Formats: sequence, structure tokens, C-alpha cells
Amino acid sequence: MINPHGGELIEREMSAEKREKIINEITDFYRIIINAEQAQEIENIAQGVFSPLKGFLPENEYESVLEHSRLTNDVPWTIPILLGISDDDAKVMNPTDSIVLVGPDGPVAVLDVEEIFKFDKKKHVKSVFGTTDSRHPGVKRTEEMYDFLISGEIELIQANPHPFDRYYLKPKESRLLFKERGWNKIVAFQTRNPPHVGHEYVQKAALTIVDGLLINPIIGKKKAGDFKDEVILESYNALIENYYPKQHAVMSILKTEMRYGGPKEAIHHSIMRKNFGCTHFIVGRDHAGVGDFYGPYDAHDIFKDFPDLEIEPIFFKSFSHCKTCGGPVNDKICPHPPENHIFFKGTMVREIVNEGKIPPKEMMRPEVVEVIKSYEDPFVK
Amino acid sequence: MQDKKYTTISIPTPLANKIKKRIEGTGFNSLSSYVTYILRQVISSIEQDEHNVEFSKEDEEKIKNRLRNLGYID
Repeated sequence: MINPHGGELIEREMSAEKREKIINEITDFYRIIINAEQAQEIENIAQGVFSPLKGFLPENEYESVLEHSRLTNDVPWTIPILLGISDDDAKVMNPTDSIVLVGPDGPVAVLDVEEIFKFDKKKHVKSVFGTTDSRHPGVKRTEEMYDFLISGEIELIQANPHPFDRYYLKPKESRLLFKERGWNKIVAFQTRNPPHVGHEYVQKAALTIVDGLLINPIIGKKKAGDFKDEVILESYNALIENYYPKQHAVMSILKTEMRYGGPKEAIHHSIMRKNFGCTHFIVGRDHAGVGDFYGPYDAHDIFKDFPDLEIEPIFFKSFSHCKTCGGPVNDKICPHPPENHIFFKGTMVREIVNEGKIPPKEMMRPEVVEVIKSYEDPFVK
Repeated sequence: MQDKKYTTISIPTPLANKIKKRIEGTGFNSLSSYVTYILRQVISSIEQDEHNVEFSKEDEEKIKNRLRNLGYID
């Protein structure tokens, strides 16, 4: 099976005894309030999704990621995992303190403070998002962050219940699942939309060269107008049930938020899938992009800089239904002109559904359409 | 500002010349960047499968039970 990224699958979940002790003594700790998204990223660190990270990046690692897209030990890493703190918190905390991070549902983790440092937001956004334009959601979010960052290793007190936990596998669990199924080569497909026929075509094309397919929707904070998480999951269930060989396809979720970091996020997404045990990762057109901030294939080109990533990207460009060929095709295999094609695009599906119309069967399976139709409002407000 | 540490290695001049010729027009802007690329590729392929994730018996049973309960395995 593929190595965890950096060689070690990180597990930093507290034992039941330690958890009880910390909770009993919680008033002795300095506490910082964090939001649900930050609590989620802490779970990702603790459960190995972000291996080899054991906590929030210290300054030298952070600078290395910004300048070289690698940790200081040369391991590829493109998206800094950071925790901002207020000026008031920064003033009273010292390196070597142990503090408790408290999320909306209670205590999340203990953090052993290593450093507190100010960060250069302009440099950060230029490196991570390739722009300083505040219209980019990642830039806007960074501008809204506190000026100070805190670093240090974390230990998870407890994972908060999540409405879709039934679909979540930790990296250790997905790795054992693949082993049990006898899969050596596994391709991961990331999605944040109900599947159209183009997605199905890509997944099945990739599956023909590997042993198993992991459909891995991103579940987390989304933009207004995106499909709701439950719609995505139910529609994939319908697709798998009706059109996939069950011995070769599974679905589990990735609980994280989109950063819209385009090419750099494509590398980050690959790293997370490698930690889940996947050997291949499908990268489509404008992966993790937003608006016109990135070129359509920037997220393909960046992989040339990471010959040591180990997980292998599978690149796809455009897909469509060709009326002459009579089925789904891609730009490599179909000679017919654009007017013969119905192009598959998530935005197009959204527009059709928004107008109260039904996507044609060449674009979307009827079972998937049924799921979408069963929701009065399938979109995030 | 953190500077990445670099070091110098020696390779035979004819090999260096051969590589310089080979990387012309490839997007590699220096001999060093090409050699770094190749070494990263080689080292990562050597390290493949060196760091298998171990499961304790107890861990394995616990995970299998969860996978069974969720319908992922029989």
C-alpha cells in the first residue's frame, strides 16, 4: 500500500483516561474559542488526513511552504495549515504553555504552544492563491484573519459528532478497507456536486486501470448556490446503487472546506487522498478554481514540480455527450465538431435545476435527477 | 525570511554537459533544478512501501467492526 505522506500516518487522538482528566481540569487551562471549520481541521490533523503534520505550522515551516511549497524536510506541502489568534490572546500566551481549543460543541484539542508570530497576509495570499485580489474568497478570508498565528502540536480531546459521520472513514479505516477488499491501486475522485454523466464517465474510465474507486465528496462550508451536502451524498448513493460495480467502488466523505487555491490546492487534495491510501487522483479542468483566477489546466501543470508526490494524478480535460458518437466522450477521443456536443458542466446543471427544468438524460442519470427533484431547495442559501 | 539550505555536489563534467544539452527547451532552468527533480523522483520511488501502516490486532478488529456496521465490508 502507498506510504502515508511524509512516511508516517499521524494519530493524535487522546485516550479515554486522558480525555477525562483534561475535561476535569479544563478550568486550569487557558482557552481559545475556535470555529467549526477550525475544529474540523484539527480533527483532520489528529486523524492523519494532513499527515505528516502534527499541529499548526511553526514559522520556519510556514515560510518554507510559502517559498518552496515544501516543508523544511523537503516533503511537498502547498497549503499552510494555520490557526490565527487575537492580539489579546497573543499577548498573554507563552511558548511551552498548553492551552485548550474550544469549538462550538465543546473542548476540541490541547495545543502545546510552540510559537506565536505575526504573518504577512499579502505574501501569504500571493503564494497560496497567486493573487492579492480581495474578490478571491481565499484572499478575503485571509484578510479577515487575526494578525497573529499560533503554532504547536495538537492532541484531539474528542471529535465532534457530524451529521454525515456514517459516510466518514479515517485514513486508517480507509486503508484497512482497501486491504480487506484486496485493492492495491485505488483512484480517488473528488466532488462537490451531484454526479452528471461526465463525472460517471471519468470515474469509470479511471477505474478501468485500477482496482478500486473512492468517490470522496468534500463536505463542509460551501458557497451560496452550491448543492447541499445531503443532495450530493444521496445522488451518489443513487448512482452507485444503479450503475456501479459494488465490489470496485465505495464512497466516503472528506470533511474539510474548499480554499479555492486552484493548483496549490490540487496538490493538497492529492496529499489528503494519498493519506487515505489512494494511489491515483483524478484532476479535472480548473480543479479547486474559482472565477477566472486560474488557467483551466494550471492544476495539471503544477504536478510537474512534484515528482516525489507518489500519488499519481490522472488528468482529464473536457467531457461532453457527442450526438454523433452516441455517448460520453472527451476531447482526445472524439473528432466531431462542438455543435454535435452537449457539454457537461456543474454550473450548467445548477442553472437547469434553478430554472425548474430537468437535465436531459444525456447529461444526468434519471435516478440522480429524482434525488435532486425530491428537495424543495437543493442549494445552499 | 527563511532561506532554504542548499549544498553543492560534484558530478563529472561530461555528464553535466550531457544533462545541460538534454534540458534545453524543457522548462528546467538549470542543471541543479533538473538534478533535484530526478533525485526527488528516484528517492521517492526507493521509499515506496517502506512505511507501511501497522494495525494492532485490537485496532484492526475495531476498525473491521465499524466497516462492517457501515456496510463497507461483509
